[in-house]
Amino acid sequence: MIELHQLCRSFLLGDQAVKALDNINLSIRAGEYISVMGPSGSGKSTLLNMLGLLDAPDSGQYLLQGTDTTLLTDNERARFRRQHIGFVFQSYHLVPRLTAQENIELPLVLAGVPPQQRKPKVAAILAQLSLTERASHLPNQLSGGQRQRVAIGRAIVMQPQLLLADEPTGNLDSQSGLDVVNILEQLNQQGITLLVVTHDPALGQRARRRIRMVDGRIVADEQHSTAAGTLHA
Amino acid sequence: MRSADFVRLILQSLSAAKLRSSLTALGIAVGICAVTLLTSLGEGVRDYVLTNFSQFGSRIIAINPGKTITGGMGGLLQTDRPLTLDDAEALTRLPHVTHVVPIVQGSGTVEAGGRTRSTDIIGANHAIHSAWQFDLALGRGLPADESGRSRSFAVLGHKLQQELFAGQNPLGQSIRVGGMRFRVVGVMAAKGQMLGFDLDDMVFIPVDKALMLFNRNGLMEIDVVFADSASTDKVLASIRKQLITRHGAEDFSLISQDDMLQSLDNILQVLTAAVAALGAISLLVGAVGIVTIMSTAVRERTSEIGLLSALGASQRQILLLFLAEAVALSFAGGIAGIAVAISLVLSLQLLLPALPLQLSLFYLSLSLLLSIAIGLAAGITPARQAAIMQPIAALRAE
Repeated sequence: MIELHQLCRSFLLGDQAVKALDNINLSIRAGEYISVMGPSGSGKSTLLNMLGLLDAPDSGQYLLQGTDTTLLTDNERARFRRQHIGFVFQSYHLVPRLTAQENIELPLVLAGVPPQQRKPKVAAILAQLSLTERASHLPNQLSGGQRQRVAIGRAIVMQPQLLLADEPTGNLDSQSGLDVVNILEQLNQQGITLLVVTHDPALGQRARRRIRMVDGRIVADEQHSTAAGTLHA
Repeated sequence: MRSADFVRLILQSLSAAKLRSSLTALGIAVGICAVTLLTSLGEGVRDYVLTNFSQFGSRIIAINPGKTITGGMGGLLQTDRPLTLDDAEALTRLPHVTHVVPIVQGSGTVEAGGRTRSTDIIGANHAIHSAWQFDLALGRGLPADESGRSRSFAVLGHKLQQELFAGQNPLGQSIRVGGMRFRVVGVMAAKGQMLGFDLDDMVFIPVDKALMLFNRNGLMEIDVVFADSASTDKVLASIRKQLITRHGAEDFSLISQDDMLQSLDNILQVLTAAVAALGAISLLVGAVGIVTIMSTAVRERTSEIGLLSALGASQRQILLLFLAEAVALSFAGGIAGIAVAISLVLSLQLLLPALPLQLSLFYLSLSLLLSIAIGLAAGITPARQAAIMQPIAALRAE
């Protein structure tokens, strides 16, 4: 599903070039559950942005479902993001003036889906995430866990194949963090490819495939048959 | 994106900051209101002046003695022939000409039954009533006598009649105009003022009597009225030809009412445009307000812009979203400004009916278009900033 070849990306920090991604080779199959861990500045967020087509590499190749994304225009990348990729952010990024329901609906609205088709999809997702009673609440009327569930709902409403989560539990207490992780894992069991970037070893070790990054390189890429340990924050 | 959803998103983000949005729209509203009011005033003045000038009808050509050319030897050696009653007589025989009014004007005292009044004296003929649309309130008009042998009949202006006879019937009464005796045969209907010139405080006498009274050998002006069917240029040409034949040279000037109204109209349109430009200054200030607010909004909503691109919004969609917000602000301001201006004009018309205010549909729709154009012009830079924002940088902004 995803192939990265010799992917490089560097940033200028002051007058010094920092290699955020240094010759990354990575292949991801559909349905995998992957965690990316590593110290701050190891390049794991850059990798996530790269996979999510929010950033473009300086050199190398990124094949997403057979398409070389480095050749796409901005608009084509936008369309790819819309159709294939869902994002979950640490700080939720909900639009404050839209209700939970409207936030989940937003990708469908941007894609021009007619209201009568949007309604059942959004209703199903609200039910799946146990948010039906909170549908007409604004984000500031919701708890952190509820906000992140809304954000997950928004990420999956277009039924993407790839779900990218950047520290999804970083702003949550352990109980709501566990709820969110359970939801993400459920989605993975239903077939979505899940990639979680995290500092939290407990969260990272739940994934079947664990990637460790240091200084822009992949230093470990382990496959585990079952999830190890439990989440404890 | 569907347009209904697009509009809903715009309205949601504008109403999220109600005070700010309404203040920004207010800036535009003040500007649009000023432009609308000032153009209404300009149009009103234009309308007022033009109606004043065209109250004698618009198919009039005025002939004055002397050719207006600069240079030459000056007045002493002037060889202009005067315009005579015979000239006027000859002009009546031209095709399409319906009325010819020879005019001599002066001032003098009018006496009636021990009362005297200094006033304007107009020498004319019977054609003046239909040519100038001077209707009679009482009696008959000036006599249609053979030129040079008019009877001493006079027609009084409405105000003069009231001053001299104070409600008594003036018909048949004898008056003295500049020492000559006249019999009052008619009274003009009230006509009002034209540019400070009281058309009712006048006495009208036959033109040949006026020539005698003022001891002149030539007329001051001949007014020719022509039929609707003829073009002004054609009539001008035939008058010119006739008079050159009679005088041997072009020693007269022709001015058509069309020319006069046209040049007057041009001046007044420039005036209207100038006051509109004054109002446009406040509009400019409003536009700066929109630029400020939209730039602030783009900066404040950076992470939202990042989110929108992560969700797959194209640069074009983001550009349009922010541009439409600016246009909506400015259009709302435009509507409010026009509404206020219209109600101000209507209430001013009730309070001060004399004030010439004229709402022009042309300028109203122009103001609306202007408000849209301002929204586009003011919104494009902030909207472009939003559209070209790098999504990762935008997402990191929070």
